[in-house]
This record gives sequence, C-alpha cells and structure tokens, in this order.
Amino acid sequence: MRSEPAVAVTGLVKRYGDTTAVDGLDLTAERGAVTAVLGPNGAGKTTTVETCEGFRTADGGDVRVLGLDPARDGAALRPRIGVMLQSGGVYPTVRAMEMLRHTARLHAHPLDPEELGERLGLHSCGRTPYRRLSGGQQQRLALALAVVGRPELVFLDEPTAGLDPQARHATWELIRALRAAGVAVVLTTHLMDEAEELADHVAVVDVGRVIAAGSPAALCGGHDDVLRFEGRPGLDLASLDAALPPGARAEESPAGHYCVTGAGGPALLAAVTAWCAAHDVLADRITTRRHSLEDVFLDLTGRKLRP
Amino acid sequence: MTASEHRTDPAAPRGRGAENAPAAGPGAEFAPRPGPAPLPRMIAAQSALETRMLLRHGEQLLLTVVIPTLLLVLFSAVDIIDTGDGGDTVAGRVAFLAPGILALAVLSTAFTGQAISTGFERRYGVLKRLGASPLPRWALLTAKSCSVAVTLLLQLVLLCAVAFALGWSPAGGAAGVAAALVLLVPATVALSALGLLMAGTLRAEATLAAANLVFILLIFGGGVVVPLENFPDAVARGLELLPVAALSEGLREVLQQGAPLPWGTVALLTGWAVAATAAAARFFRWE
Repeated sequence: MRSEPAVAVTGLVKRYGDTTAVDGLDLTAERGAVTAVLGPNGAGKTTTVETCEGFRTADGGDVRVLGLDPARDGAALRPRIGVMLQSGGVYPTVRAMEMLRHTARLHAHPLDPEELGERLGLHSCGRTPYRRLSGGQQQRLALALAVVGRPELVFLDEPTAGLDPQARHATWELIRALRAAGVAVVLTTHLMDEAEELADHVAVVDVGRVIAAGSPAALCGGHDDVLRFEGRPGLDLASLDAALPPGARAEESPAGHYCVTGAGGPALLAAVTAWCAAHDVLADRITTRRHSLEDVFLDLTGRKLRP
Repeated sequence: MTASEHRTDPAAPRGRGAENAPAAGPGAEFAPRPGPAPLPRMIAAQSALETRMLLRHGEQLLLTVVIPTLLLVLFSAVDIIDTGDGGDTVAGRVAFLAPGILALAVLSTAFTGQAISTGFERRYGVLKRLGASPLPRWALLTAKSCSVAVTLLLQLVLLCAVAFALGWSPAGGAAGVAAALVLLVPATVALSALGLLMAGTLRAEATLAAANLVFILLIFGGGVVVPLENFPDAVARGLELLPVAALSEGLREVLQQGAPLPWGTVALLTGWAVAATAAAARFFRWE
C-alpha cells in the first residue's frame, strides 16, 4: 500500500455548466518528489488540484489521494494533507502569527510556528492583521499554514505568484526541504523557471488535458541547442559546417553575428571553439542555450495570446 | 518496512522519523507526521480565536455593546416612547426596557453579528480553507456557537449591570432568572441558526445589508423598545411570532410581571430553533 503514489488521477472530467474545465486528465505525484502542474491560465490546474483536495467532486474519472477518495473519505484525508489556496482563506482581521499559531494547534504534531514564521520572514509582520499584509506576506503566510501540520502531501496553488525574488527563493528552499524530508509536493504554476528549478516531474496542462509529462530534462531533451557568438564578418561557413558534429549548421545574420544550431551541447561548443582557434578567430560573446521548458511549452500550446 | 516507509508512518514515535529521513539535517523537521489535534483542543482553540476576533471587531462592538447600552440608558432616562404601565418613572421604564434590551443583545450577537462575520468569512474563502483543515465542519459550528455564547454572556452581564445602575429590580427572584435562561437558550439557538442560514445562502454584501436592516426593524418592531400592543392588533399578532418578539415578551412576563415560565413561548422558540437549524444545515453553502 505504501508504495502507491501520493496522487493518482486518471481520466478526470469536471464540467461547470456547458464548459468542460477538465477533460480526461491524468496525473501522478510520487512521495518525496515535487510534481508541477504547468499550464496557461484557465487550463484546469486549479480545478484539478481542488478536486484532489476534496473541494470539488469529479464528473468523471478516478481520483485517489494517499489511497483515499477525497470526495468520500475527506475526513480521513484532510488531516494528512496541507493546502495552500491561490488567494484568501484567512480571516481579514486575524494577525499573521496568531493565525499560524492557531493552525498549528489544530494538528497533533505541528512544526514550531515560531521557527516556521522566522524561516518565512513572518515575524516582522506577526502582529499585522491579514488584510494589511502585502501580497507577498499573505502568500508566505498561506504557505506556512499549508505546511505547519507536517503533512504527507501538500498542494500549493501558484505558491510564488506575486512574490519578490527573496521571498521566491525562500519559498523554493522550503519546497526543496519538504521534498528532502519525504513530503509529496504538488504545485501549480505558469512560471517555467519555477517548474524547471523545482520539479522532478512536470505535467503540462492545456484546455483540461495533459499534453506532455515527464521530468524537465526529458521534456526539454531531443531539441537542438543554440550557440551564438560574434566574430569578424564573412567567416567561411562551409568550413565551419564541416567541422561541426553531424546535423549541426551555422548561419551568419546579421553580419558578424553567428548562430550554430545542433544536437550535442558540449561537443558543439568544443567544435566551434576548436575551429575558431584553428582559423585565428577571436569569438566574442559566446552564449549557449538549451531548449527550455518555456520553449517546450510554447511549442506545445502555441504562441498566440489566449482569448 | 523500509526507512522511507517509517517516515510517512503517522504512528512513528517523535524523532525517529527525522533520524530515518535520507536528508536529515536542514529540513528534517518537515518529515511527515500528520494528524488532527484532539477534538476538544481544536474546538477550544477555534472558539478562542473566533471570540477574540469578535471582540476585536469595532463595528461588531458597536452592534453588540454600544447600541443596546445606549438604547437602554436613553429610553430609560428620557420618556420618549410609551412603554405602557409605569412608563412615567425611570424604574418603571427600566422594568419594561431591560428584558427587551436583553433580547436585543441576543439578536445582535447571535443573528446580526454572526451573519455578517460568517458571510464575509465565506466570501474570503476562510470557510473553504478551514474545510481543508483537520477541524470538522460540525466542530467549526460548535466553536462558533461557543464564541457566540461567551460574547452573549459578557453582553448580558454588562447590560444587567447598566440596568441595575438605572434602578432595575427584576421580579421573580431565582425562579425568574432560571425561567429567563430557559427562554434565552432556544432563542439564541434559533437566531444563531437564522444568522448562519442568511450567511450561508446570500452574498456577503447582501447579508451585511439585510442583517443590519433586520436588526434596526426589530429594535422597533420586535417588542424591544416599543410594546407590541402599540401596534394594530393584526400586526401585533404577526410580530409576536418572531423569535425576538417572543423572547422580549417572554422575558418581560417573567422579569417584569413575575409570571411563571410561559411554556407556550418556550415551545414557539424551540420550534424556531429546530426549523432554523434544519434549514441552515440543509441550505448552508461553504463557498
């Protein structure tokens, strides 16, 4: 029983009136791993997560969370999971640390709320009523509330939306610590770098379905790398092409700016620099770029703005 | 059982999970150890939080403390409205007004205050968020009731003190106090459930407006400061069926006239309590 995934969703369907928000979605999240549900706004991420949390009932498909059905076994499930909603969920007049201490009291073996508050920078605003906290402080409090009960599984709905860089990194650190401690983390995001940075497993969701899934490396793999450099205009491209690994090719556009595309990253870079050395070219501003999750995402979901 | 299985075992003794975690060190305190707190502790914590926030809330205090106290002092000290027999002395007016103001206290805390705060908690997703916590929903409602009861008790103590200072001398002695409590309990349950029914079905803004409107209308039409017999007969017959009016008239019979417990009124209030609780349980929406 223990080896089963923390979350196993198969063929989830959820309709709101005539709109099908989730249309046959599959999702698996393992324990001790970070699973990112990545997708544009309105893709069905929140609906999926809220169905797993027991807030919504599925219109079709099978949802198992920690081996339980969230719609039927909610009472048994709730103490074992941590939930961070996208917004709100806190009394407007409650003070930040008061809410955290209170939530700790609802659990049998909570984290020390003072330490957690320290870690997430909540002590400086500990006596501030929730409605006067900045957006970032509200987000950090919501995260603290989700993890204070030492859950087996946490759902984080856009945990870093609206955070400044420091708070974002504190949040990422906390998520990594949760994973290291064996907690299953399911987070939704539309930030590619977040998914790339944190996730062991990414499910790309669009219009209610998973259109690609795998590790960030697997999703980004199989694409050409791009190497750019600047040099004197009019280099002999035919000679350069001949020196490159098979399949790679070089272009000059505009004059003096060179772009080499091909598979095989390190070998590509070595071939280009060796050729430059042999031809007495001082390559300037060499940059390499792997295919990022963002490229994968845009390839899959299109580059047009959504209606 | 492997080491990683140990970590996720909620029954594992404290400390052991952290030792067995592969990444003991920074972050090991996050090793899963979920579980709800014992129910009495959860309910006590939730009641304390709700009560603190209720007492901290300015508008709420206006409603629960300032308005009833002002009405009691003002209408007792000055002969503004016809309060029936004995209305020509301060003591006579207090004897009439104090029971009505006690009923108003129940209306303000159990109904209006609770409807507004719960309505906004629902709107801000607080109820939804609590729905994902270990606190069962019935325990949340229990905590809300405890917080209403504590606030109401403080309110009743304050208002009785003010009434005594104005020269109130309630009839009926200890039996009168007991009879008053028998009337207060079902009325509080009924008004509380009606407040939750409103908060759980209407939008927060609509609840705010409607709960305040009902409060103001019932100050005058609920037998609180104006005797129901001042209204035309048909209207009075209708008004006296309302929980607040039934409570004020019942309290007045006991505390002003020294009559024994009016069982008809207790039955009416109990009927309201049962019906309102059933309706709230049926129609309350958490989101």
